[in-house]
Amino acid sequence: MSNNISNGKDDLFELCLRLGDDCLILGQRLSEWCGHAPILEEDIAMTNIALDLLGQAISLYKYACELEGKGRTEDDLAYFRSSLEFRNSKLVEQPNGDFAVTILRQFIFDSYSYFLYDELKNSADSTIAAIAAKSHKEIKYHLRHSSEWIIRLGDGTEESHNRMNKAVNELWRFSGELFEMDDLSKRLFENGYFPNLSVIYDKWKIYIKDIFEKATLELPSNEIFMQTGGRSGNHTEHLDYILAVMQILPRSFPQAKW
Amino acid sequence: MIREIQNEDPKKLAEFEAKINAGEKIEPKDWMPELYRKQLIRMMSQHAHSEVVGMLPEGNWITRAPSLRRKLILLAKVQDEAGHGLYLYNSTETLGVDRGELINQLLQGKAKYSNIFNYPTLTWADIGVIGWFVDGAAMVNQTMLAKCSYGPYSRAMIRITKEEAFHNRQGYELIAQLCAGTPEQKKMAQDAVNRWWFPSLMMFGPPDDQSPNSEILMRWKIKTETNDQLRQRFINMTVPQANARGLTLPDPDLKYNPETKNWEYGKLNWEEFFAVINGKGICNKERIDARIKAHEEGRWVREAALAHSMKKQSIN
Repeated sequence: MSNNISNGKDDLFELCLRLGDDCLILGQRLSEWCGHAPILEEDIAMTNIALDLLGQAISLYKYACELEGKGRTEDDLAYFRSSLEFRNSKLVEQPNGDFAVTILRQFIFDSYSYFLYDELKNSADSTIAAIAAKSHKEIKYHLRHSSEWIIRLGDGTEESHNRMNKAVNELWRFSGELFEMDDLSKRLFENGYFPNLSVIYDKWKIYIKDIFEKATLELPSNEIFMQTGGRSGNHTEHLDYILAVMQILPRSFPQAKW
Repeated sequence: MIREIQNEDPKKLAEFEAKINAGEKIEPKDWMPELYRKQLIRMMSQHAHSEVVGMLPEGNWITRAPSLRRKLILLAKVQDEAGHGLYLYNSTETLGVDRGELINQLLQGKAKYSNIFNYPTLTWADIGVIGWFVDGAAMVNQTMLAKCSYGPYSRAMIRITKEEAFHNRQGYELIAQLCAGTPEQKKMAQDAVNRWWFPSLMMFGPPDDQSPNSEILMRWKIKTETNDQLRQRFINMTVPQANARGLTLPDPDLKYNPETKNWEYGKLNWEEFFAVINGKGICNKERIDARIKAHEEGRWVREAALAHSMKKQSIN
Protein backbone atom coordinates (compact mmCIF):
# COMPACT_ATOMS: atom_id res chain seq x y z
CA MET A 1 0.00 0.00 0.00
CA SER A 2 1.07 3.51 -0.66
CA ASN A 3 1.69 5.97 2.06
CA ASN A 4 0.41 9.50 2.31
CA ILE A 5 -2.38 9.26 -0.26
CA SER A 6 -5.29 10.36 1.88
CA ASN A 7 -4.98 14.02 0.93
CA GLY A 8 -4.31 13.52 -2.73
CA LYS A 9 -6.26 10.44 -3.79
CA ASP A 10 -8.28 12.23 -6.42
CA ASP A 11 -5.22 13.94 -7.81
CA LEU A 12 -3.29 10.70 -7.93
CA PHE A 13 -6.22 8.99 -9.63
CA GLU A 14 -6.13 11.69 -12.30
CA LEU A 15 -2.38 11.31 -12.64
CA CYS A 16 -2.75 7.56 -13.22
CA LEU A 17 -5.26 8.29 -15.97
CA ARG A 18 -3.00 10.82 -17.65
CA LEU A 19 -0.04 8.46 -17.62
CA GLY A 20 -2.05 5.32 -18.32
CA ASP A 21 -4.13 6.77 -21.14
CA ASP A 22 -0.97 7.96 -22.92
CA CYS A 23 0.37 4.39 -22.78
CA LEU A 24 -2.87 2.70 -23.84
CA ILE A 25 -3.61 4.98 -26.79
CA LEU A 26 -0.05 4.97 -28.09
CA GLY A 27 0.07 1.18 -27.70
CA GLN A 28 -3.17 0.94 -29.63
CA ARG A 29 -1.76 3.09 -32.44
CA LEU A 30 1.46 1.07 -32.59
CA SER A 31 -0.41 -2.20 -32.81
CA GLU A 32 -2.10 -0.95 -35.98
CA TRP A 33 1.31 -1.47 -37.62
CA CYS A 34 1.38 -5.15 -36.78
CA GLY A 35 2.11 -7.09 -39.98
CA HIS A 36 2.64 -3.92 -42.04
CA ALA A 37 6.05 -2.66 -40.92
CA PRO A 38 8.86 -1.76 -43.36
CA ILE A 39 10.93 -4.75 -42.19
CA LEU A 40 10.17 -7.78 -40.06
CA GLU A 41 12.53 -6.57 -37.33
CA GLU A 42 10.33 -3.49 -36.94
CA ASP A 43 7.18 -5.62 -36.69
CA ILE A 44 8.88 -7.24 -33.73
CA ALA A 45 10.15 -3.98 -32.24
CA MET A 46 6.87 -2.12 -32.54
CA THR A 47 4.76 -4.93 -31.12
CA ASN A 48 7.27 -5.21 -28.32
CA ILE A 49 6.96 -1.52 -27.48
CA ALA A 50 3.17 -1.75 -27.74
CA LEU A 51 3.29 -4.66 -25.28
CA ASP A 52 5.39 -2.67 -22.80
CA LEU A 53 3.06 0.33 -23.08
CA LEU A 54 0.02 -1.84 -22.57
CA GLY A 55 1.63 -3.42 -19.50
CA GLN A 56 2.36 0.05 -18.10
CA ALA A 57 -1.23 1.15 -18.77
CA ILE A 58 -2.56 -1.90 -16.91
CA SER A 59 -0.39 -1.20 -13.83
CA LEU A 60 -1.45 2.43 -13.76
CA TYR A 61 -5.15 1.62 -14.26
CA LYS A 62 -5.08 -1.00 -11.54
CA TYR A 63 -3.66 1.53 -9.14
CA ALA A 64 -6.20 4.14 -10.29
CA CYS A 65 -9.01 1.70 -9.48
CA GLU A 66 -7.52 1.00 -6.08
CA LEU A 67 -7.30 4.73 -5.34
CA GLU A 68 -10.84 5.30 -6.51
CA GLY A 69 -12.21 2.43 -4.43
CA LYS A 70 -15.43 2.08 -6.38
CA GLY A 71 -14.84 -1.45 -7.58
CA ARG A 72 -14.01 -0.50 -11.15
CA THR A 73 -11.38 -2.57 -12.97
CA GLU A 74 -8.66 -1.68 -15.45
CA ASP A 75 -10.92 -2.95 -18.23
CA ASP A 76 -13.71 -0.63 -17.10
CA LEU A 77 -11.33 2.29 -17.45
CA ALA A 78 -10.21 1.23 -20.91
CA TYR A 79 -13.51 0.09 -22.35
CA PHE A 80 -16.23 2.05 -20.62
CA ARG A 81 -15.04 5.64 -20.69
CA SER A 82 -15.90 8.05 -23.49
CA SER A 83 -13.36 10.25 -25.24
CA LEU A 84 -14.28 13.19 -22.98
CA GLU A 85 -13.07 11.12 -20.03
CA PHE A 86 -9.75 10.16 -21.59
CA ARG A 87 -6.75 12.13 -20.34
CA ASN A 88 -4.08 11.27 -22.88
CA SER A 89 -2.10 13.91 -24.70
CA LYS A 90 -3.16 14.76 -28.22
CA LEU A 91 0.21 13.60 -29.53
CA VAL A 92 -0.36 9.90 -28.90
CA GLU A 93 -3.72 9.73 -30.65
CA GLN A 94 -2.37 11.14 -33.93
CA PRO A 95 -2.62 8.73 -36.88
CA ASN A 96 0.39 6.57 -37.76
CA GLY A 97 1.03 8.35 -41.06
CA ASP A 98 4.17 7.05 -42.71
CA PHE A 99 7.01 5.45 -40.75
CA ALA A 100 8.61 8.89 -40.25
CA VAL A 101 5.49 10.18 -38.47
CA THR A 102 5.22 7.06 -36.33
CA ILE A 103 8.88 7.19 -35.34
CA LEU A 104 8.83 10.90 -34.58
CA ARG A 105 5.66 10.55 -32.48
CA GLN A 106 7.39 7.73 -30.64
CA PHE A 107 10.60 9.69 -30.22
CA ILE A 108 8.87 12.76 -28.77
CA PHE A 109 6.96 10.53 -26.39
CA ASP A 110 9.86 8.24 -25.43
CA SER A 111 12.19 11.14 -24.66
CA TYR A 112 9.51 12.88 -22.60
CA SER A 113 8.71 9.66 -20.69
CA TYR A 114 12.36 8.87 -20.18
CA PHE A 115 13.02 12.04 -18.21
CA LEU A 116 9.60 12.08 -16.58
CA TYR A 117 9.71 8.50 -15.29
CA ASP A 118 13.27 8.95 -14.15
CA GLU A 119 11.91 11.58 -11.74
CA LEU A 120 8.73 9.67 -10.95
CA LYS A 121 10.92 6.95 -9.47
CA ASN A 122 11.30 9.38 -6.55
CA SER A 123 7.60 10.12 -6.19
CA ALA A 124 6.31 10.45 -2.64
CA ASP A 125 3.73 7.85 -3.62
CA SER A 126 5.44 4.49 -3.35
CA THR A 127 3.21 2.71 -5.89
CA ILE A 128 3.80 5.38 -8.53
CA ALA A 129 7.51 5.21 -7.72
CA ALA A 130 7.52 1.42 -8.13
CA ILE A 131 5.61 1.50 -11.42
CA ALA A 132 7.95 4.24 -12.67
CA ALA A 133 11.05 2.27 -11.74
CA LYS A 134 9.84 -0.78 -13.65
CA SER A 135 8.64 1.25 -16.63
CA HIS A 136 11.79 3.30 -16.84
CA LYS A 137 13.85 0.21 -17.66
CA GLU A 138 11.58 -0.47 -20.62
CA ILE A 139 11.47 3.17 -21.74
CA LYS A 140 15.26 3.22 -21.97
CA TYR A 141 15.06 0.65 -24.75
CA HIS A 142 12.19 2.42 -26.46
CA LEU A 143 14.15 5.65 -26.49
CA ARG A 144 17.24 3.99 -27.87
CA HIS A 145 15.14 2.45 -30.63
CA SER A 146 13.37 5.66 -31.65
CA SER A 147 16.51 7.83 -31.32
CA GLU A 148 18.45 5.52 -33.64
CA TRP A 149 15.68 5.67 -36.21
CA ILE A 150 15.50 9.47 -36.05
CA ILE A 151 19.22 9.61 -36.85
CA ARG A 152 18.97 6.99 -39.60
CA LEU A 153 16.02 8.62 -41.30
CA GLY A 154 17.21 12.19 -40.83
CA ASP A 155 20.69 11.36 -42.06
CA GLY A 156 19.70 8.65 -44.55
CA THR A 157 18.54 9.57 -48.05
CA GLU A 158 17.10 12.80 -49.39
CA GLU A 159 13.65 11.23 -49.34
CA SER A 160 13.89 10.06 -45.75
CA HIS A 161 15.24 13.45 -44.69
CA ASN A 162 12.33 15.23 -46.39
CA ARG A 163 9.82 12.86 -44.85
CA MET A 164 11.28 13.52 -41.41
CA ASN A 165 10.96 17.26 -41.93
CA LYS A 166 7.38 16.83 -42.98
CA ALA A 167 6.70 14.75 -39.87
CA VAL A 168 8.26 17.45 -37.69
CA ASN A 169 6.00 20.07 -39.26
CA GLU A 170 3.01 17.89 -38.64
CA LEU A 171 3.66 16.75 -35.08
CA TRP A 172 5.65 19.44 -33.34
CA ARG A 173 2.55 21.40 -32.36
CA PHE A 174 1.56 18.48 -30.10
CA SER A 175 4.81 18.42 -28.11
CA GLY A 176 4.07 21.40 -25.85
CA GLU A 177 1.12 19.77 -24.13
CA LEU A 178 3.36 17.13 -22.59
CA PHE A 179 5.10 19.74 -20.45
CA GLU A 180 2.17 21.89 -19.36
CA MET A 181 2.01 22.58 -15.64
CA ASP A 182 -1.71 22.96 -15.02
CA ASP A 183 -3.31 23.22 -11.56
CA LEU A 184 -3.37 19.46 -11.09
CA SER A 185 0.30 19.09 -12.00
CA LYS A 186 1.18 21.92 -9.66
CA ARG A 187 -0.66 20.33 -6.73
CA LEU A 188 0.94 16.96 -7.47
CA PHE A 189 4.32 18.67 -7.60
CA GLU A 190 3.75 20.49 -4.33
CA ASN A 191 2.86 17.22 -2.63
CA GLY A 192 5.98 15.53 -3.95
CA TYR A 193 4.13 13.09 -6.18
CA PHE A 194 5.20 14.54 -9.47
CA PRO A 195 8.17 16.50 -10.84
CA ASN A 196 8.18 20.02 -12.14
CA LEU A 197 7.58 19.57 -15.86
CA SER A 198 9.57 22.65 -16.78
CA VAL A 199 12.64 20.91 -15.38
CA ILE A 200 11.78 17.82 -17.45
CA TYR A 201 11.35 20.07 -20.46
CA ASP A 202 14.86 21.50 -20.11
CA LYS A 203 16.41 18.03 -19.99
CA TRP A 204 14.24 16.90 -22.87
CA LYS A 205 15.23 19.88 -24.99
CA ILE A 206 18.95 19.17 -24.54
CA TYR A 207 18.46 15.53 -25.47
CA ILE A 208 16.38 16.06 -28.58
CA LYS A 209 18.66 18.87 -29.74
CA ASP A 210 21.56 16.45 -29.66
CA ILE A 211 19.68 13.73 -31.55
CA PHE A 212 18.36 16.20 -34.12
CA GLU A 213 21.89 17.44 -34.74
CA LYS A 214 23.09 13.91 -35.31
CA ALA A 215 20.15 13.42 -37.63
CA THR A 216 20.99 16.64 -39.54
CA LEU A 217 17.49 17.88 -38.74
CA GLU A 218 16.52 21.31 -37.54
CA LEU A 219 14.45 21.88 -34.44
CA PRO A 220 11.38 24.01 -35.06
CA SER A 221 11.39 27.49 -33.61
CA ASN A 222 10.02 28.17 -30.15
CA GLU A 223 7.26 30.34 -31.61
CA ILE A 224 5.30 27.40 -32.97
CA PHE A 225 1.68 27.42 -31.76
CA MET A 226 1.10 24.50 -29.40
CA GLN A 227 -2.08 22.47 -29.28
CA THR A 228 -3.55 21.61 -25.90
CA GLY A 229 -6.65 20.17 -24.26
CA GLY A 230 -6.06 16.40 -24.16
CA ARG A 231 -5.36 16.36 -20.43
CA SER A 232 -8.80 17.83 -19.76
CA GLY A 233 -10.61 15.58 -22.24
CA ASN A 234 -10.76 17.79 -25.32
CA HIS A 235 -9.17 15.66 -27.96
CA THR A 236 -8.67 15.68 -31.71
CA GLU A 237 -11.20 14.00 -33.97
CA HIS A 238 -9.07 10.87 -34.03
CA LEU A 239 -9.63 9.64 -30.49
CA ASP A 240 -13.27 8.75 -30.86
CA TYR A 241 -12.47 6.47 -33.79
CA ILE A 242 -9.72 4.78 -31.80
CA LEU A 243 -12.17 4.15 -28.98
CA ALA A 244 -14.94 3.02 -31.35
CA VAL A 245 -12.67 0.27 -32.62
CA MET A 246 -11.14 -0.62 -29.28
CA GLN A 247 -14.37 -0.69 -27.28
CA ILE A 248 -16.66 -2.36 -29.82
CA LEU A 249 -16.92 -5.80 -28.19
CA PRO A 250 -17.35 -4.93 -24.51
CA ARG A 251 -19.82 -2.20 -25.43
CA SER A 252 -21.80 -4.47 -27.74
CA PHE A 253 -21.99 -7.27 -25.17
CA PRO A 254 -21.85 -5.53 -21.79
CA GLN A 255 -22.83 -8.71 -19.92
CA ALA A 256 -20.05 -10.79 -21.41
CA LYS A 257 -16.75 -11.74 -19.83
CA TRP A 258 -13.82 -12.30 -22.15
CA MET B 1 15.31 -44.00 -58.44
CA ILE B 2 14.03 -40.43 -58.49
CA ARG B 3 15.18 -38.67 -61.64
CA GLU B 4 16.51 -35.59 -59.89
CA ILE B 5 19.09 -37.49 -57.89
CA GLN B 6 20.42 -39.58 -60.77
CA ASN B 7 23.19 -37.09 -61.42
CA GLU B 8 24.43 -36.99 -57.84
CA ASP B 9 27.74 -38.64 -56.97
CA PRO B 10 26.66 -42.14 -55.84
CA LYS B 11 29.36 -42.40 -53.18
CA LYS B 12 28.48 -39.07 -51.59
CA LEU B 13 24.80 -39.86 -51.81
CA ALA B 14 25.35 -43.19 -50.07
CA GLU B 15 27.32 -41.51 -47.29
CA PHE B 16 24.66 -38.85 -46.93
CA GLU B 17 21.89 -41.41 -46.65
CA ALA B 18 23.89 -43.56 -44.23
CA LYS B 19 24.32 -40.54 -42.01
CA ILE B 20 20.60 -39.84 -42.06
CA ASN B 21 19.76 -43.46 -41.36
CA ALA B 22 22.12 -43.40 -38.40
CA GLY B 23 20.05 -40.52 -37.01
CA GLU B 24 22.74 -37.87 -37.46
CA LYS B 25 21.86 -34.31 -38.43
CA ILE B 26 22.91 -32.71 -41.69
CA GLU B 27 24.52 -29.33 -41.08
CA PRO B 28 24.82 -26.36 -43.50
CA LYS B 29 28.41 -27.09 -44.56
CA ASP B 30 27.84 -30.83 -45.10
CA TRP B 31 27.42 -32.22 -48.58
CA MET B 32 23.77 -32.67 -49.55
CA PRO B 33 21.94 -33.58 -52.76
CA GLU B 34 20.52 -30.61 -54.63
CA LEU B 35 17.04 -32.03 -54.27
CA TYR B 36 17.42 -32.12 -50.47
CA ARG B 37 18.47 -28.48 -50.51
CA LYS B 38 15.65 -27.56 -52.88
CA GLN B 39 12.97 -29.32 -50.86
CA LEU B 40 14.20 -27.76 -47.62
CA ILE B 41 14.27 -24.27 -49.10
CA ARG B 42 10.73 -24.82 -50.34
CA MET B 43 9.43 -26.09 -47.00
CA MET B 44 11.33 -23.73 -44.71
CA SER B 45 10.57 -20.60 -46.71
CA GLN B 46 6.91 -21.61 -46.97
CA HIS B 47 6.97 -21.97 -43.23
CA ALA B 48 8.59 -18.54 -42.76
CA HIS B 49 6.11 -16.90 -45.16
CA SER B 50 3.24 -18.55 -43.27
CA GLU B 51 4.38 -17.00 -40.01
CA VAL B 52 4.56 -13.57 -41.61
CA VAL B 53 1.30 -13.75 -43.56
CA GLY B 54 -0.30 -15.31 -40.49
CA MET B 55 0.27 -12.07 -38.62
CA LEU B 56 -2.38 -10.41 -40.80
CA PRO B 57 -5.59 -12.29 -39.90
CA GLU B 58 -4.69 -12.19 -36.22
CA GLY B 59 -3.27 -8.69 -36.21
CA ASN B 60 -6.68 -7.73 -37.57
CA TRP B 61 -8.11 -8.21 -34.05
CA ILE B 62 -5.42 -6.69 -31.81
CA THR B 63 -7.03 -3.27 -31.82
CA ARG B 64 -10.41 -4.86 -31.02
CA ALA B 65 -9.37 -7.38 -28.36
CA PRO B 66 -12.15 -7.22 -25.76
CA SER B 67 -10.03 -7.00 -22.60
CA LEU B 68 -6.58 -5.64 -21.82
CA ARG B 69 -5.42 -9.11 -20.84
CA ARG B 70 -6.56 -10.57 -24.17
CA LYS B 71 -4.91 -7.69 -25.97
CA LEU B 72 -1.62 -8.44 -24.20
CA ILE B 73 -1.83 -12.12 -25.06
CA LEU B 74 -2.69 -11.51 -28.70
CA LEU B 75 0.05 -8.91 -29.13
CA ALA B 76 2.56 -11.27 -27.57
CA LYS B 77 1.39 -14.09 -29.81
CA VAL B 78 1.63 -12.09 -33.03
CA GLN B 79 5.03 -10.87 -31.93
CA ASP B 80 6.08 -14.50 -31.45
CA GLU B 81 5.00 -15.16 -35.01
CA ALA B 82 7.09 -12.32 -36.37
CA GLY B 83 9.97 -13.78 -34.37
CA HIS B 84 9.35 -17.24 -35.81
CA GLY B 85 9.31 -15.76 -39.30
CA LEU B 86 12.64 -14.05 -38.74
CA TYR B 87 14.19 -17.15 -37.20
CA LEU B 88 12.98 -19.33 -40.05
CA TYR B 89 14.21 -16.92 -42.73
CA ASN B 90 17.60 -17.00 -41.02
CA SER B 91 17.55 -20.79 -40.87
CA THR B 92 16.64 -20.94 -44.56
CA GLU B 93 19.56 -18.65 -45.36
CA THR B 94 21.90 -21.42 -44.15
CA LEU B 95 20.95 -23.20 -47.38
CA GLY B 96 22.44 -20.43 -49.52
CA VAL B 97 19.48 -18.18 -50.34
CA ASP B 98 18.85 -14.76 -48.88
CA ARG B 99 15.80 -13.33 -47.23
CA GLY B 100 15.25 -10.65 -49.86
CA GLU B 101 15.11 -13.29 -52.58
CA LEU B 102 12.64 -15.39 -50.59
CA ILE B 103 10.41 -12.40 -49.88
CA ASN B 104 10.39 -11.48 -53.56
CA GLN B 105 9.22 -15.00 -54.37
CA LEU B 106 6.35 -14.55 -51.93
CA LEU B 107 5.36 -11.15 -53.28
CA GLN B 108 5.51 -12.37 -56.88
CA GLY B 109 3.25 -15.29 -56.06
CA LYS B 110 6.00 -17.83 -56.76
CA ALA B 111 6.20 -19.14 -53.20
CA LYS B 112 3.32 -20.45 -51.16
CA TYR B 113 2.33 -19.93 -47.56
CA SER B 114 -0.10 -21.90 -45.43
CA ASN B 115 -3.45 -21.87 -47.13
CA ILE B 116 -5.23 -21.42 -43.82
CA PHE B 117 -4.39 -17.72 -43.78
CA ASN B 118 -6.48 -17.13 -46.88
CA TYR B 119 -9.56 -17.52 -44.70
CA PRO B 120 -10.95 -14.40 -43.01
CA THR B 121 -11.15 -13.73 -39.25
CA LEU B 122 -14.76 -12.63 -38.93
CA THR B 123 -15.34 -12.54 -35.19
CA TRP B 124 -13.35 -12.50 -31.98
CA ALA B 125 -13.95 -16.24 -31.62
CA ASP B 126 -11.84 -16.77 -34.74
CA ILE B 127 -8.83 -15.65 -32.72
CA GLY B 128 -9.53 -18.41 -30.22
CA VAL B 129 -10.09 -21.04 -32.87
CA ILE B 130 -6.93 -20.07 -34.74
CA GLY B 131 -4.96 -20.65 -31.55
CA TRP B 132 -6.74 -23.87 -30.77
CA PHE B 133 -6.96 -25.45 -34.26
CA VAL B 134 -4.37 -23.71 -36.41
CA ASP B 135 -1.62 -23.50 -33.81
CA GLY B 136 -2.63 -26.94 -32.57
CA ALA B 137 -2.15 -28.34 -36.07
CA ALA B 138 1.12 -26.43 -36.39
CA MET B 139 2.26 -27.90 -33.09
CA VAL B 140 1.55 -31.47 -34.26
CA ASN B 141 3.35 -30.83 -37.52
CA GLN B 142 6.31 -29.09 -35.91
CA THR B 143 6.76 -31.69 -33.19
CA MET B 144 7.40 -34.08 -36.06
CA LEU B 145 9.64 -31.56 -37.87
CA ALA B 146 11.71 -31.15 -34.72
CA LYS B 147 13.11 -34.59 -35.61
CA CYS B 148 13.98 -33.40 -39.11
CA SER B 149 17.36 -34.51 -40.47
CA TYR B 150 18.43 -30.95 -41.25
CA GLY B 151 20.01 -29.50 -38.10
CA PRO B 152 19.01 -25.82 -38.38
CA TYR B 153 15.38 -26.64 -39.20
CA SER B 154 15.18 -29.19 -36.42
CA ARG B 155 16.55 -26.73 -33.86
CA ALA B 156 14.22 -23.96 -35.08
CA MET B 157 11.28 -26.32 -34.65
CA ILE B 158 12.25 -27.30 -31.11
CA ARG B 159 12.29 -23.66 -30.13
CA ILE B 160 9.17 -22.63 -32.03
CA THR B 161 7.02 -25.56 -30.93
CA LYS B 162 7.30 -24.51 -27.30
CA GLU B 163 5.67 -21.21 -28.17
CA GLU B 164 3.04 -22.87 -30.36
CA ALA B 165 2.00 -24.94 -27.35
CA PHE B 166 1.34 -21.71 -25.47
CA HIS B 167 -0.59 -20.30 -28.43
CA ASN B 168 -2.67 -23.44 -28.61
CA ARG B 169 -3.53 -23.28 -24.91
CA GLN B 170 -4.48 -19.60 -24.93
CA GLY B 171 -6.74 -20.23 -27.94
CA TYR B 172 -8.54 -23.08 -26.25
CA GLU B 173 -8.85 -21.07 -23.07
CA LEU B 174 -10.34 -18.16 -25.02
CA ILE B 175 -12.92 -20.49 -26.56
CA ALA B 176 -13.67 -22.12 -23.20
CA GLN B 177 -14.42 -18.66 -21.82
CA LEU B 178 -16.82 -17.97 -24.69
CA CYS B 179 -18.52 -21.34 -24.20
CA ALA B 180 -19.07 -20.53 -20.53
CA GLY B 181 -20.45 -17.11 -21.43
CA THR B 182 -23.57 -15.54 -22.90
CA PRO B 183 -25.64 -17.16 -25.70
CA GLU B 184 -24.09 -14.71 -28.17
CA GLN B 185 -20.61 -15.74 -27.11
CA LYS B 186 -21.43 -19.45 -27.46
CA LYS B 187 -22.87 -18.82 -30.90
CA MET B 188 -19.72 -16.96 -31.88
CA ALA B 189 -17.57 -19.88 -30.74
CA GLN B 190 -19.64 -22.51 -32.55
CA ASP B 191 -19.68 -20.48 -35.74
CA ALA B 192 -15.90 -20.12 -35.71
CA VAL B 193 -15.52 -23.86 -35.10
CA ASN B 194 -17.79 -24.56 -38.06
CA ARG B 195 -15.78 -22.39 -40.39
CA TRP B 196 -12.26 -23.37 -39.30
CA TRP B 197 -12.50 -27.12 -38.72
CA PHE B 198 -12.11 -28.41 -42.26
CA PRO B 199 -9.57 -25.80 -43.40
CA SER B 200 -7.50 -26.70 -40.32
CA LEU B 201 -7.57 -30.42 -41.20
CA MET B 202 -6.38 -29.55 -44.68
CA MET B 203 -3.35 -27.73 -43.25
CA PHE B 204 -1.58 -31.10 -43.13
CA GLY B 205 -1.61 -31.23 -46.91
CA PRO B 206 -3.18 -33.62 -49.41
CA PRO B 207 -3.86 -37.26 -48.55
CA ASP B 208 -0.78 -39.49 -48.71
CA ASP B 209 -1.67 -40.99 -52.09
CA GLN B 210 -1.85 -37.49 -53.63
CA SER B 211 1.16 -35.93 -51.97
CA PRO B 212 3.87 -35.58 -54.61
CA ASN B 213 6.78 -34.72 -52.31
CA SER B 214 6.13 -37.16 -49.49
CA GLU B 215 8.23 -40.11 -50.61
CA ILE B 216 11.57 -38.35 -50.86
CA LEU B 217 10.85 -36.23 -47.76
CA MET B 218 10.32 -39.40 -45.73
CA ARG B 219 13.31 -41.17 -47.22
CA TRP B 220 15.59 -38.31 -46.16
CA LYS B 221 13.83 -37.89 -42.84
CA ILE B 222 12.87 -34.30 -43.54
CA LYS B 223 9.50 -35.62 -42.51
CA THR B 224 9.13 -38.70 -40.38
CA GLU B 225 5.36 -39.09 -40.53
CA THR B 226 2.86 -38.74 -43.34
CA ASN B 227 0.21 -36.06 -43.83
CA ASP B 228 -2.58 -38.49 -42.96
CA GLN B 229 -0.87 -39.73 -39.80
CA LEU B 230 -0.39 -36.18 -38.56
CA ARG B 231 -3.95 -35.22 -39.47
CA GLN B 232 -5.25 -38.20 -37.50
CA ARG B 233 -3.17 -37.27 -34.46
CA PHE B 234 -4.55 -33.72 -34.53
CA ILE B 235 -8.13 -34.98 -34.81
CA ASN B 236 -7.68 -37.42 -31.93
CA MET B 237 -6.27 -34.62 -29.80
CA THR B 238 -8.96 -32.07 -30.66
CA VAL B 239 -12.26 -33.98 -30.71
CA PRO B 240 -12.34 -34.61 -26.94
CA GLN B 241 -11.48 -30.95 -26.33
CA ALA B 242 -14.45 -29.84 -28.44
CA ASN B 243 -16.73 -32.32 -26.68
CA ALA B 244 -15.62 -31.05 -23.28
CA ARG B 245 -16.88 -27.57 -24.19
CA GLY B 246 -20.15 -28.68 -25.73
CA LEU B 247 -19.03 -27.67 -29.21
CA THR B 248 -20.08 -29.64 -32.29
CA LEU B 249 -17.50 -30.31 -34.97
CA PRO B 250 -19.13 -29.87 -38.37
CA ASP B 251 -18.54 -33.45 -39.58
CA PRO B 252 -21.53 -35.81 -39.35
CA ASP B 253 -19.27 -38.77 -40.12
CA LEU B 254 -16.99 -38.21 -37.17
CA LYS B 255 -17.03 -41.36 -34.99
CA TYR B 256 -14.76 -43.12 -32.57
CA ASN B 257 -13.31 -46.47 -33.53
CA PRO B 258 -12.50 -48.31 -30.28
CA GLU B 259 -10.26 -50.81 -32.06
CA THR B 260 -7.92 -48.33 -33.72
CA LYS B 261 -8.58 -45.71 -31.01
CA ASN B 262 -8.95 -43.19 -33.80
CA TRP B 263 -11.66 -40.67 -34.49
CA GLU B 264 -12.68 -41.48 -38.05
CA TYR B 265 -13.67 -38.53 -40.16
CA GLY B 266 -15.66 -37.78 -43.29
CA LYS B 267 -14.55 -36.71 -46.71
CA LEU B 268 -12.54 -33.51 -46.96
CA ASN B 269 -13.32 -31.03 -49.69
CA TRP B 270 -10.02 -31.04 -51.55
CA GLU B 271 -11.54 -29.24 -54.49
CA GLU B 272 -12.06 -26.22 -52.28
CA PHE B 273 -8.57 -26.63 -50.84
CA PHE B 274 -6.93 -26.54 -54.27
CA ALA B 275 -9.17 -23.69 -55.40
CA VAL B 276 -8.12 -21.60 -52.41
CA ILE B 277 -4.45 -22.55 -52.76
CA ASN B 278 -4.61 -21.46 -56.38
CA GLY B 279 -5.84 -18.01 -55.51
CA LYS B 280 -9.62 -18.31 -55.34
CA GLY B 281 -9.98 -17.80 -51.59
CA ILE B 282 -11.65 -14.71 -50.24
CA CYS B 283 -8.45 -13.31 -48.77
CA ASN B 284 -5.63 -14.47 -51.07
CA LYS B 285 -5.42 -11.16 -52.85
CA GLU B 286 -5.87 -9.14 -49.69
CA ARG B 287 -3.06 -10.94 -47.89
CA ILE B 288 -0.53 -10.61 -50.67
CA ASP B 289 -1.61 -7.03 -51.41
CA ALA B 290 -1.05 -6.18 -47.76
CA ARG B 291 2.44 -7.68 -47.89
CA ILE B 292 3.25 -5.89 -51.16
CA LYS B 293 1.97 -2.60 -49.75
CA ALA B 294 4.10 -2.97 -46.60
CA HIS B 295 7.10 -3.85 -48.73
CA GLU B 296 6.64 -0.96 -51.17
CA GLU B 297 5.85 1.62 -48.53
CA GLY B 298 8.81 0.44 -46.48
CA ARG B 299 11.28 0.72 -49.34
CA TRP B 300 12.36 4.28 -48.52
CA VAL B 301 12.91 3.26 -44.89
CA ARG B 302 15.14 0.34 -45.84
CA GLU B 303 17.03 2.52 -48.32
CA ALA B 304 17.56 5.21 -45.68
CA ALA B 305 18.84 2.66 -43.15
CA LEU B 306 21.27 1.31 -45.72
CA ALA B 307 22.42 4.77 -46.81
CA HIS B 308 22.98 5.78 -43.21
CA SER B 309 25.01 2.72 -42.36
CA MET B 310 27.17 3.29 -45.47
CA LYS B 311 27.82 6.87 -44.35
CA LYS B 312 28.82 5.65 -40.91
CA GLN B 313 31.16 3.04 -42.36
CA SER B 314 32.88 5.57 -44.58
CA ILE B 315 33.45 7.87 -41.58
CA ASN B 316 34.94 5.11 -39.46
